[in-house]
This record gives sequence, C-alpha cells and structure tokens, in this order.
Amino acid sequence: MAKRQKSTNIQDMFERNIFALLTATALAFSIAGIVEIVPLFHLKSTTDYTEKTDQYGNVKNERFPELVWERTFTEDANGKLVSEKALYKEDTNGNWVLADWEAGDGVRPYTPLELAGRDLYIREGCYICHSQMIRPFRDERERYGHYSLATESMYDFPMQWGSKRTGPDLARLGGKYSDEWHVMHMLRPQDVVPESVMPAYPWLAENLVSKSFFGTERDMSKRLSVMRTLGVPYTDEEIANANKAIAGFTEMDAMVAYLQVLGTMVKLDDSKVYRQ
Amino acid sequence: MDTTAKPQYDDGVVKYLTVGAVVFLVLGTFFGTFAASQLAWPALNFDIAEITFARLRVIHTNTVIFAFGGMTLMATAFYTVQRTNGVKLWSNGLAWWTAILFTIGLLATVTTIGLGMTTGKEYHEQEWPIAIAIALVWTLYTFNFILTIASRNKETHSHVYVSNWFFLGMMIAITYLYVINGLAIPVSLFQSYTLFGGVQGAMIQWWWGHNAVGFFLTAGFLAIMYYFVPKQAQRPIYSYRLSVIHFWALMFGYVWLGAHHLQYTALPDWTGSLGAVISLAMIIPSWGGALNGMLTLSGAWDRLRTDYILRFLIMSLAFYAMSTFEGPVMAAKSVNALSHYTDWTIGHVHSGALGWVAMVSIGAIYHMVMKLWKTEMYSMQLINIHFWLATIGTVFYIVAMWVSGIMQGLMWRAYDEYGTLAYTFAESVAAMHPYYVMRAFGGFIFFLGAVVMLYNIVMTIRTAGARSANKVESLA
Repeated sequence: MAKRQKSTNIQDMFERNIFALLTATALAFSIAGIVEIVPLFHLKSTTDYTEKTDQYGNVKNERFPELVWERTFTEDANGKLVSEKALYKEDTNGNWVLADWEAGDGVRPYTPLELAGRDLYIREGCYICHSQMIRPFRDERERYGHYSLATESMYDFPMQWGSKRTGPDLARLGGKYSDEWHVMHMLRPQDVVPESVMPAYPWLAENLVSKSFFGTERDMSKRLSVMRTLGVPYTDEEIANANKAIAGFTEMDAMVAYLQVLGTMVKLDDSKVYRQ
Repeated sequence: MDTTAKPQYDDGVVKYLTVGAVVFLVLGTFFGTFAASQLAWPALNFDIAEITFARLRVIHTNTVIFAFGGMTLMATAFYTVQRTNGVKLWSNGLAWWTAILFTIGLLATVTTIGLGMTTGKEYHEQEWPIAIAIALVWTLYTFNFILTIASRNKETHSHVYVSNWFFLGMMIAITYLYVINGLAIPVSLFQSYTLFGGVQGAMIQWWWGHNAVGFFLTAGFLAIMYYFVPKQAQRPIYSYRLSVIHFWALMFGYVWLGAHHLQYTALPDWTGSLGAVISLAMIIPSWGGALNGMLTLSGAWDRLRTDYILRFLIMSLAFYAMSTFEGPVMAAKSVNALSHYTDWTIGHVHSGALGWVAMVSIGAIYHMVMKLWKTEMYSMQLINIHFWLATIGTVFYIVAMWVSGIMQGLMWRAYDEYGTLAYTFAESVAAMHPYYVMRAFGGFIFFLGAVVMLYNIVMTIRTAGARSANKVESLA
C-alpha cells in the first residue's frame, strides 16, 4: 500500500512538472539502446570473432582465418600509408585490375569501381526489393547459398541487408551469371526473366560512372578516404588512384562489377559452425 | 483595449497544417497506388529513372509518413496543446516558421529522392543537408511545444493532460533516434556515408526504423486519440490509470523492438530474441490503450450510428488493436521465419498505417476543421462515403497482402517429392500478380476516399463564411 502511494506521488510530480516528465521519459527510452546496441560494438561473437588490428580497419580472425583478407599498414619514408599487399593495380595494358587478392581470400574493401557500383545500387534503391542476407534455412541454402555472416558486411556503410524480397536475395549473386546476362537483364529484365516485375535501367549504359549528380565529378578518392575514416582500410596509393580506376567506365560497368563481387569474397567451410 | 475580442488561440498555423496534411494524404496515397500498380504492371515504370518503383516507393513512404503524418502531428499538437493548457502558443511566429520550413523540407525530400539522392537507410532516406534541416525544424517544434506547456497557468491547469505526455515522448524520442541514426560523413553535397556499417549499422537502422513506427506513428497518434476520442464522444477518457500504464510501458518498451526486424540474420541471436520477447509483452499496453479509447464510448455506443467522425476514430482503434496483436505474432521467430521478406510485412504495415494512423488522423482533422472554421461540414454524407471507402480500401489492401505474403513464404520453402525446391523464385513472382492487382485496387479505393475528403474540406472552408453569415441573418 505504501509502495503504491509513493508511485502515485511520482506520477503526480511528473504531471505537474513538464521538465521532470521530459527527463524521465528520455531515461525510460534510453535503456533499450544501452542494452541492445552498445554490446554489439564490444562482443567478439557479434562479428564472428573478426577483430581489428589497427585504427584503419585492418582485421584478423584467429578462429575462422578464411573469413578475412589480412594485411598490415606501415608508414613509408615519405609518411605515406603502405601495405605489403595491394588491393588493385594498373596492369601492363593500362587496365585497373585486382592485385594481391583472389576470390575466396576473405572479406576485403571494395575496389573503386565496385564501390561506385554500390553507390548506384543504393541510388536506384535496389535494396527496396532485394535482400543481401541469407538466413540459416534449408531452402535458402539451396536457393541462395551459405547463410550470411556479419563479417561479410563489415565494410558496408550502410549495410544493404534489405527487408523485402520482391526479387531474390543477392548476397551471393557474384559469379552466378555472366556479365552479359546482367547487362541484358538490367536493360530489359522481362526479356531474360519473363515473370519479372523489375523496372528497366537503360540509363545505366548511357552514363559515365565518373559523373555524379548534375554532371558533377564522382570523386572516388574522396569516397575512399571517407571510407577509411569509417574503418575501411585503403592505402594512400589506393586512395590516390581511385579516380583513374573508374575512368572510362559506364554506370552499367560499375553496377555489374559490384553485383559480380557479391558473396565471392569468402569461401566458407561447410563443416564449420560460424554462427553460435 | 478590449481583450475579450482577441482570439483565444493561435489557430492560423493549425489551419495551414491541417489543410497541408490533407493535400499530402491525397498525394501520398496517389504515389502509393501508382507504385503498387507498377508491381502489377511493370511497364508503368516507363523507363523514367525518377519514377522507377524503388524511387517512387520511397517517395510514397516519405509523403505519407513524414509529410501527411508529420503535418497531422504538428497540426494536432499545436491545436491540443493550447486547448489542454488554456494558453496560446509560446510563439506563434516560431510555429509558422516550423510549419513552412517543414513543408519545404518535405518537398525537398521528395524531389531529391526522385533524383536518386538517398542514404540507402530505410525510412531515413534524406541526404545530410535535408536531414540536418529537418532535425532542426523538429527541434523548433519540440521547443515551442514544451515551452507552451511550461507557460500554462498552473492555478487553472495544474496537471499536464495525457495527450501532451504522448506528444512529448514522441518528439523527444524521434529527435534522439533520428539524429543518431543519421550520423554520417558527407562525400559531396548530395551524398554521405553513414557512421554505422555492417551488423551494428543494421541494428541502429532498425532501432530507428521500428520507432518511426513506434513513436512517430504510434505515440504521436495515441496523443491524438487521447484528445479527440473523448472530445468527439463528449465523455472523459475511460481510465486515467490505464493511460498512465499505457504511457510508461510504451515509452520504455517500444524502443526494444527494432531487433525483431533482424531475426535469423547475422545479428546475434540474443538481440533478436530480446526484441521478440519485448514485442510480445507490448501486446498488453497496446491493448490497454486501445480499450481505453474504445471504452470511453461506454454508454454512448449508439452515437456510432449518427456520428461519422466518431466512426473513423473507433475504427482506427480496432485496427490499432489488430495490428498491435499481429506485430508481436510476426516478431515471434517461428512466424518471422515465414513472414520476413514477404508481402505480409507490407500488409501489416498498412493495417497500421491505413487502418490506424490514417483513420485516427482523418477523424481528428474533420473534428478540427469544424472547430477551426467554426462551422458544420459541407457534407456529412460525404464523410460517411469517405469512411466506407477508407475501410473497404484498407481491407482489400491487407487481405491481398496477407494472402500473397503467406503464399510467397510457403512457396519459397516448398519441396517436391524428390526433395528439391518445388518452385523457382520467378514462379513465386508470377503467382503474386493477382494479389498485386487487388492491392493496387484497394489502394485506389483508399485514395478516392482521400480525394472526397479534400473536396469536402475545401468546400467547407469556401462556404464557411457564407454559412455563418446566413446564421446571423436567420438569427436576426
């Protein structure tokens, strides 16, 4: 009885003092975030035991080494950040290609062309109809592949897990179809998949990816350096060459480059239990 | 100077926001109907980048949630805060600035999304310059609201009425969640990268995403319910005690639910389970609140036969009760395994958005229009027609999405006698066609109702002066 009396008094005080009510309300809804979100930044199990090794976002994983592409950064004589492994390079024909990474070597940052393609994926709102998050069910395994892991989207700002499958999941789309198929599909979806309700994206083939909104430059160097601030490890050289690496490509090329890398970074071991 | 001649409240800004809300309701439901038709007939995309489905869908959600919903919340908050505290707005000028800037911010949002500028975070698509502007405008709104309450006459209005608690909770929570989820680093004037990526980003995104529903579309509209249901029914709210429980349980509980959007994903299991458990517990306060509104009518249920506005308000509570039951069911892991990624989610959202949010707003707007312009409605019969269009449209919509959603979920996991998947994904898409047509039809019916409402309100305002003049003549 005494307890009930007390709670009524508190409520009475809140109703008389708007600022007390404000403070109590703010406290009441702060608790959830502290309990549900803050631990996600600290518990190792959240990220499949993938751990950062430096402030730039380089990582290692002792329990599941196949998940990540490990490299380290050092400063050279000029104070530039360099690494023993290069993500991408210019080959002898003047094409920008992947350097010391091969499919299955583990999660790595996107190349400038893939990252530009990812920006377009977001611009066109692909995530409205396509998820990139495979759940651990038998039918999803057969339809899309191994269930997705947190590590696979650790360099995704923002993540593109999606919430709706009006179209199929794309988490492991890379390598399933040819580049030509993707181009045909984005130009005329119903010619390739008659049942499809996807819109056509003909303008992707017409626009250069180096141009952004209102004809402004798409500055990939700036984008890569912002990504490094966020914790995606790029070396200084990779940032400096980023604009050259997308020169001459169309938006379609960039989009296809992004779609073809989805799910190909890691070769997951079927005998291991990755999610507890 | 004769002070009694002065208007008692600042109603100009409320008038503007009320009409604005109705205009955005018409626009938003039109965009929705068109986007729904694009899924039924993809040729309607016309190969025009600005109106492809994915962009138009986001334009639709922003127009209905933030433009229609936001302007309704501003109109009703400014309307009720003056009447429940017996004072004018703390600053009428600030309220006008808030209203005008909010309108501009929303028009900018819709335009830039059409152009393809988006953060890629669902229900938080505004790019950074607009997001900052909207957050500031929202703060002005909150600030004015709180100071209006603080400036009340404490002799005559010692306690703050319950509708104000809900408005206050909504404003503070939305500011807090929107700002944290929106933290980003710009890469150009038109684009930014969010501060939170990967699994943490997913949790923060849905922590906001579900509370755009929980606070913006629930707490805010419950505030509307707590003022307008008793007013329209001309009875006090059924239970004070229930409203106290409703309020605190909602403020504490709703924020936990975001995790249930990420069941079986790469988010740790414990987080999703916690979200599901609290979701289940939320049935109790939600139903308590719904009953609190409905039982306010005890002893006056016959008024539903004659009072069409009351019909909207009570129907909205029925939908509120239904969708707050459906939500926790869908949050349960075994159901979520089937329902997630399907149209069922879209159906659930619309039973809340059309059935609850839109209907309670419509009821409140009709009530306010009559009070603000001090007149009867141009046509009560049109309100009745609107009520039936809205109800039938909503039912068509959600039934279509229930069937298509559950069917999709079952087709995806169906196996044939050889133990292989029974359907290709494309077959499941083809099977959705009749339901997409039905959904577009339901949406169109609802849109028609909104057009009827706009017509009725415009005619009411245009004839208000004439009718009150007639009244004076007849009195004379």
